[in-house]
Amino acid sequence: MHDKLPPTNPRQQQSPAPKEPASRRMFLIKLGVLLNGIVALIIGIPIVRYLLGAARSDNDYLKWIDVGNVDDFKDGETTLINYVNPFADPWDGETRKIPAYVRRVSATDFAVFAVNCAHLNCPVRWFAESQLFMCPCHGGIYYADGSRASGPPPRGLFTYETKIEDGKLFIKAGEMPTLSNQAQLIQEIAPCAGTDGFMPG
Amino acid sequence: MRWYRRLYAWIEQRVQLEGPIKEAVFHMTPRSTASWWYVFGSAALTILIVQVLTGILLALSYVPSAGQAWNSLEVLNHQVTLGWFLRALHGWGSNFMVAIVIVHMIQVFLFGAYKFPRELTWIIGVFLLLMTLGMAFSGQVLRFDQDAYWGIGIGAAIMGRVPLMGGQLVHLLLGGPIIAGATLTRFFALHVFVIPGLLLTLVGLHVWLVLKLGVNEWPVPGHIVRRETYLQEYKELAHKDGIPFFPGAFWRDLVFSAAIVLAIVVCAAVFGPFGPTGVPDPTIIQTVPRPDPPFLWLYSLLSLLPPEMETPFLLIAPPIAIVILIALPLVAGVGEKSWHRRPVAVLTVLVLAIGWAALTQLATYTPWSPKMAAWSGAAVPVQFIQKSTPLERQGANVFQYKQCRNCHALGGVGGERGPALDGIATKMTKDQMIRQVIQGGGNMPAFGKNLSPPEVTALVTFLETLHRPNERTAEDVSRAVAEGDQSKKGDLEQGSRY
Repeated sequence: MHDKLPPTNPRQQQSPAPKEPASRRMFLIKLGVLLNGIVALIIGIPIVRYLLGAARSDNDYLKWIDVGNVDDFKDGETTLINYVNPFADPWDGETRKIPAYVRRVSATDFAVFAVNCAHLNCPVRWFAESQLFMCPCHGGIYYADGSRASGPPPRGLFTYETKIEDGKLFIKAGEMPTLSNQAQLIQEIAPCAGTDGFMPG
Repeated sequence: MRWYRRLYAWIEQRVQLEGPIKEAVFHMTPRSTASWWYVFGSAALTILIVQVLTGILLALSYVPSAGQAWNSLEVLNHQVTLGWFLRALHGWGSNFMVAIVIVHMIQVFLFGAYKFPRELTWIIGVFLLLMTLGMAFSGQVLRFDQDAYWGIGIGAAIMGRVPLMGGQLVHLLLGGPIIAGATLTRFFALHVFVIPGLLLTLVGLHVWLVLKLGVNEWPVPGHIVRRETYLQEYKELAHKDGIPFFPGAFWRDLVFSAAIVLAIVVCAAVFGPFGPTGVPDPTIIQTVPRPDPPFLWLYSLLSLLPPEMETPFLLIAPPIAIVILIALPLVAGVGEKSWHRRPVAVLTVLVLAIGWAALTQLATYTPWSPKMAAWSGAAVPVQFIQKSTPLERQGANVFQYKQCRNCHALGGVGGERGPALDGIATKMTKDQMIRQVIQGGGNMPAFGKNLSPPEVTALVTFLETLHRPNERTAEDVSRAVAEGDQSKKGDLEQGSRY
C-alpha cells in the first residue's frame, strides 16, 4: 500500500524526448487524422443510409387491400372497418390494425375515409343520426361526404383510392395519411354547405 | 493510520481528485448567493439523478415492443413488487423536472444571470430545457397507451405539414409508414440512450461553467454589468464579502432538494402512476386523447388558433422561440441585472406565465371538444318540456336525436363547443334560428341535408320556448312592418327613439 509510484504528471517526469523536426511529427498527425477521416466516412455513409432507411416515397408504402365484399355495405350507410397494415411486423401487436370508414354512396360508388382527423390525426367518430363525423380532440366536424363542416381542420377527411374487383372492395392503403401525402389528392371547393340537396317537402 | 484512511490515501495517490474537488466545494461565493432563490438548479440536478435511477429500474421490467409494452406496464403496475411505485416516481419526477427546470430558467432570467460572462451557461441551459421537454414527450410515447398512440399521431401530423419533405419526415419519425413497432423502438432509443447521453454531457458542462464562472451575485439595481470591469468586481465581491460555497450556501440546496424529492415521493404514493390508459389499439376510436401536463397549453393553443395560422405557427414559432432564447445573452449580455430596472423582462415573464396558466386551465375542461355522449347520456331536463305542446316535444326529440347536445348545453349539461341554449329564444329570432340550423355558420355544421322541413319546424318551435317565463323573446320588429301588424309597429317606433 505504500509503494512509491512515479509522479503521474508528465511535466514532472524527466523524459528528455528525442528532438525531431516538428514538421515530421505534424505530418504523421495529419496522416493519422486523414486515415481516421476516411474510416469515419466508410462507417458514416452506411450509418446515415441506415438511419434514413424508413423515409421512402409515398407510393412505396401503398398497396391494394381487400376490405370486404361489396354487398356487405348498404347504400347510403357509413361503416367502420379494420384492415391489417400490409407493412406490419410480427411484433407490432394491435397497432398493425388500422380502422377506416367505408361509405357506400351508390351501387358502384364508394368513398373510404381515414379515421384520422385532417387537423392533427385524432380518430373521428361517425354519428349516423346527425350524419356528422366529430373529432374528440379539437372539435373538428365533417359532413357525411367527408367535407369539412367546422372547426380547425384545414380540409376534409383523408380519402383512400378505391376499386372493385370480383365483388370485393379494395382500398389503396398502408400509410398514415398526413397533409403532405394526401393534401394534393383533393382539390375541392366546399359547396355552400347545407343548401344543395335540400328539398322542401 | 486506520485502514480506511490508508485505503483513501492509496486511491487518492492514483486518482488525485482531492484538489479539484476541494477547490469546487470550498470556492468562495458572494455572500448574497446564499439564498433560497438559488436552489432550483441543484434541485433539477437532484431530480435528474432520481429520473436516471428510476428509469434504469423500470428498464428491468419494461418491454419496448409495440405488441408487449402495454402489457409490461400493467405487469409493473399490478404484479411486480412496488412496480407501480417506481412508475409513479418516474412519472411524477418527470412533471417536477419540467416544472423546476422552467422555474430555474425564470429565476436566472429575472436575476440577469445570463449576462456576461455566463452567456454560454444560459445557451447550454436552453438546450437542456429542450432535452427535458424531449424526455417528457418521448417518455409519454414509451407509456404505450391510447394517449401515447394518438399523441405521436399528432407529432406525425405536425411533421406532415412541413413543405416538400414532410412525408419523408413522417416516415423518419415513425420509423415506417404507420405508428407501430418501429416507432416505439426508436422512441425507446431516444429516451434511453440518445437524449440522456446528450443531457448528462451538457449538464456536466453546465455545472462546470457554474464552478468556473462563479454563482451569479444578487443583482443590485444600478449595478451595471460591463465586460471590462465585471470579472474584477466579481472577484472582489466573492473574496472580500464572500463565504465558502460549502457549507455556507450549500445547506439550502441540500434542504430544498430533499424537500422536492420528498414531494415527488408523496405525490407518487398518494396519486400513483400515470396510466397506462387503454390498449394502444387504433381500432378503438372511442377515445379522448389528452397530452401529458407539460404539453396541455399546446393542446389548447391548437384548438384556439385560426386554421390558417396553424401551420405557420407550428413550423415557424418554435425555431423563432429557440433563436430568441439563444440570442438573448448575446444581444443583452451587459447592462442592468436587477428586475427592478427591467420592466420588459418582468412583463414578458408575466405575460407568458399568465398565457400558459390560462391555456393549461382551459385544457382541463376542453370547451372546444364535443361531448360525444351528451346526446345519448343526458336527457332534455324536465323543466324545459313541462307544459309544452306536442310539436315542441317533437322538437325536443329532434334536438336530442340529432346530437345537438354534443355541442350545446341545456340545463348545464352538454358540450360547450357552441353556446348553451337555455335562453336562446331571447337572443335569436325564429328566422335566425332556422337559418342557423339549416346553413350552419360560425363553428356550427349545416343541418340542411340531415333535417326535413318538419323536423326544422319542430326543432325551432322547441328552441323558441327556451327562455325564462318573464323574459321577452327576440323578435324581428321590422317584420311587423312587412306584415302590417299595427301593435308591433308601435314597438318599432318606440325603439327607434333610443
